Amino acid sequence: MIEYALIFAATCYGVALLLDLWRIAKGPDAADRILALDTMVINVIALLVLYGVWRGTAIYFEPAMLIAMVGFVSTVAYCRFVLRGDIIE
Amino acid sequence: MSHGGHLLFIIALLPFIGALVPGIMIRAGRNACAAFTAVPTAIAFIMLLILAPQVMRGEVITFQLEWLPQLGLSASFFLDGLGLLFACMITGVGLLITLYARFYLSGEDPMGQFYTYLLLFQGAMLGIVLSDNILLLLIFWELTSLSSFLLIGYWKHLPEGRQGAKMALTVTGAGGLAMIGGMLILGNIAGSYNLTDILQAGDQIRTSDWYLPALILILLGAFTKSAQFPFHFWLPHAMAAPTPVSAYLHSATMVKAGVFLMARMWPVLSGTDAWFYIVATTGLITMVLGALIALFKDDLKALLAFSTVSHLGLLTMLLGFGTDKAAIAAVFHIINHLTFKAALFMTAGIVDHETHTRDIKRLGGLRHLMPITFLIGTVAALSMAGIPLFNGFLSKEMMLEEASHTDWWGSHYAVPVLATIGALLSVAYSFRFISHVFLGPQREDYPHTPHDPPFGMWAAPALLTLLVIIIGVAPFLAEGIVRAAANAVTGQELKFYLKIWHGVTPALWMSGIAVLGGLVLLGLHRPLDAAWIKAPRPEAKAIFDRLMAGTVGLMRGITEATHTGAISRYLAIFSVAAVALGWAAYSGSGLSAPTRTHLPVPPVIAVGWVMLIVATISVVGMHHHRFRALILIGIIGLSISAGFAYLSAPDLALTQISVETVTILLLLLALHFLPKETPKESSMGRKLRDGIIALTAGGGVGALAYAFLLRDIDTISDYHIANSYEGGGGTNVVNVILVDFRGYDTYGEIIVLGIAGFVIYALMHALLDGPAARRLRNTDYSQDRSRDRHPLMMVVVTRVLMPIAVVVGLYIFLRGHNQPGGGFVAGLVIAIALLMQYMASGFAWTQERKKIEYHTMIGFGVVIAGLTGVGAWLAGQPFLTSAYTYVHLPPVEEFELATAMLFDLGVFLTVLGAVMLMLYSLSRIARFAGQTVNVGPMDYDPGHPYTKEEDEGAR
Repeated sequence: MIEYALIFAATCYGVALLLDLWRIAKGPDAADRILALDTMVINVIALLVLYGVWRGTAIYFEPAMLIAMVGFVSTVAYCRFVLRGDIIE
Repeated sequence: MSHGGHLLFIIALLPFIGALVPGIMIRAGRNACAAFTAVPTAIAFIMLLILAPQVMRGEVITFQLEWLPQLGLSASFFLDGLGLLFACMITGVGLLITLYARFYLSGEDPMGQFYTYLLLFQGAMLGIVLSDNILLLLIFWELTSLSSFLLIGYWKHLPEGRQGAKMALTVTGAGGLAMIGGMLILGNIAGSYNLTDILQAGDQIRTSDWYLPALILILLGAFTKSAQFPFHFWLPHAMAAPTPVSAYLHSATMVKAGVFLMARMWPVLSGTDAWFYIVATTGLITMVLGALIALFKDDLKALLAFSTVSHLGLLTMLLGFGTDKAAIAAVFHIINHLTFKAALFMTAGIVDHETHTRDIKRLGGLRHLMPITFLIGTVAALSMAGIPLFNGFLSKEMMLEEASHTDWWGSHYAVPVLATIGALLSVAYSFRFISHVFLGPQREDYPHTPHDPPFGMWAAPALLTLLVIIIGVAPFLAEGIVRAAANAVTGQELKFYLKIWHGVTPALWMSGIAVLGGLVLLGLHRPLDAAWIKAPRPEAKAIFDRLMAGTVGLMRGITEATHTGAISRYLAIFSVAAVALGWAAYSGSGLSAPTRTHLPVPPVIAVGWVMLIVATISVVGMHHHRFRALILIGIIGLSISAGFAYLSAPDLALTQISVETVTILLLLLALHFLPKETPKESSMGRKLRDGIIALTAGGGVGALAYAFLLRDIDTISDYHIANSYEGGGGTNVVNVILVDFRGYDTYGEIIVLGIAGFVIYALMHALLDGPAARRLRNTDYSQDRSRDRHPLMMVVVTRVLMPIAVVVGLYIFLRGHNQPGGGFVAGLVIAIALLMQYMASGFAWTQERKKIEYHTMIGFGVVIAGLTGVGAWLAGQPFLTSAYTYVHLPPVEEFELATAMLFDLGVFLTVLGAVMLMLYSLSRIARFAGQTVNVGPMDYDPGHPYTKEEDEGAR
């Protein structure tokens, strides 16, 4: 059963990634692209965790955790760049 | 190792140790400085005197110390008669010069520096004459070039000094380079780099096919050093040095190094036609030419310089004759020349010091004003002229005697006639020195009214003059040292006696002609001088400068043709070359059949692949819009990180994730101050060309990787995996490789990283002082901006995240040895945690709360890593060998402690410090752009509400 659930989830996230890519390509403005990239980061975290579950190992947990922890920092930086220009004022 | 060998080692070492002292002692005054310079020299001199009786008996004192036996390099010294003679000259005259310089240098000259350079030079010179290993000798040889460069250019404010120093270094350095080649050939023929062995292998060397190249190369070194024609021109220009330097380096010691070397190699290299014709001819030409130019020089020191050139030519010629008697004459003349020439230089220095001019045409009649100087100068000059009862006469007689029966290319008269002309010119310029400086009517127009200097200044030349007379009257007193040195030069027991009267010999006639002719020439000096000034003659400095300019121009042309500074060009050349080599390798032997099959590609992975490719292509298409390109780079980074995780490289994934984040931050920081669009610069054809190159190179690398993945190939990975736990005590192979197997590389890399951090800091510092800072201040970066500088949400989130991130960082650091992680990733994670605070509450606010300087952190990181490596030495292991043990503390599980952990700590600190320093440097730009500083951590603080006016006020 878990097998099917994993396949279903992975398919969803894979499709989501493609949609994110589409959004980044299309825009229209920077905010859309930043948001799409952030979503992409979250989808990748999810995929890594799913892969870990499928393989039954915790080794994928750390990259996932690290992406979760520092991934949003780049998003924040992109946003600050758009809003304020300088990311460290 | 013979008795007294250790003393020898100390003698060689003393000046170098002593060189550290004067620079400090100058704070205690000039007398203290000079005294402390004299101490090591005096000790070395006394030690030499202690060893002297042994050497005089014909013993050779040796000292052996292996240095790099694999290269044939050893710190071996030996002392024989020749070495003793030179070492005594170097230390003895060194003492006199120290005394003289104390009074010569004015209060404005940095005396500590002078004495330090002097001792360095003395050490190098002693090294040359005492070395038993030719590689060691070469090192000291180069050291004399370098230290003499410092001494000649001692008066840094004088352009002549700087140019003279440069010229001397160029000429002697080039000669030294040639000599390295010659010495290596010599060592190869003899099969050993030890002088004592080489000196035994004379026959083998002379019959070798490589004899001539070795001879020419070694002679190039000797001739440049000893200012032989056509390399003589640097010596007069080196006279821009302070007079003590001229007296020491350019009369007594350094210029004799070439002569010393020829004497040292005499048993091995001499005795062939090549030796005779090259060395004797060069010496003869130099002797006559130097004397001729000296006669017409008006600068006192230039006159003495060319006279030195001439006398060095004389010595070279004598050694070139290749007979035992000529060798004796050469050794004797080395002593005599030293005494009278050093005294003359010091006299010239005194005259210059007292009258403020060295121009002979402005001098004259000084005998009444400076009677002591007159006496010293006259005695020394008479000796230089070769007048009986002064020591110069004796060796000149011996030289003329040798010259009188030397045939040159079948001609019986060439050498004697030219030698007599040389002697005649020598008499003329010596007498000119006396008569035009001291004799004649007293003048009223000296730039400064002279009188005799204090005792300290004339004591040294007076002592030397005393030697001139003593040896001149009682030459047998010098017999012992001359015999010891001559025996060492020729390598046999010589029987001879030094005496004044040899009977009426051809030499006496030649001497008589020389003295009379010299007097006549002096009488005719005025018309001759006028003719000389009118006559066209090559100006060595102009030629040298043109030659240098030509060489520099040529090199610059080559450099500019190959290094245009365009990175696209370098990359193109590199890529095309790599592809061509790869293609050559492939087409040479082809590929073996693949041994592995494809793995299936799951659809989700295909999605990642599509992301990567689409993003990459888009970056190429969109790079003119920089911000958009950065977002695309974010996708690439994410895909690669996820790819590493998926392809079983968790360490790489962790590193990549952190590196990506830091990179994006750095790029965004920089982008703020850069144009947001890149102008279109490339033409279509160029794009096509570059595109083809890029695709080929990328495709080539891809094909290579693909080919590797399909084949089982033995790599070093297997070894690493097998030995990681056994050898390094860790189960994480990647980490063990980093901190143990390849720890040395990692150590180098963190140093480079630290340096990169510092360089960015320094560059930014320089940048912000320059015009860029003005441009920054005048540009307005604040249009269209949100007014919320430090949003509350963000501040709160980053504060909460800070401890979590630090814990994660520590966790990654601690488990690194056995599980994915390590100091590098941990450093990046903590750096990101800190960066979040910078972003949230601003640069200045965070900076105030920082306790440790990032510079310090880098320093500590490198030091800790280095000390960990050194620790292995204490255990008798090579650098960076790691040790580990298991520790059990009751409440905690058993855990491992490895020295690799300490090393990793160093890595951690360096990475953290370097990353933070880079971001710190980039953030500083904003402050220069006129950005204001906030007081509170966020723009709206619910705990401490304050109005917008307050905030504006704070700004």
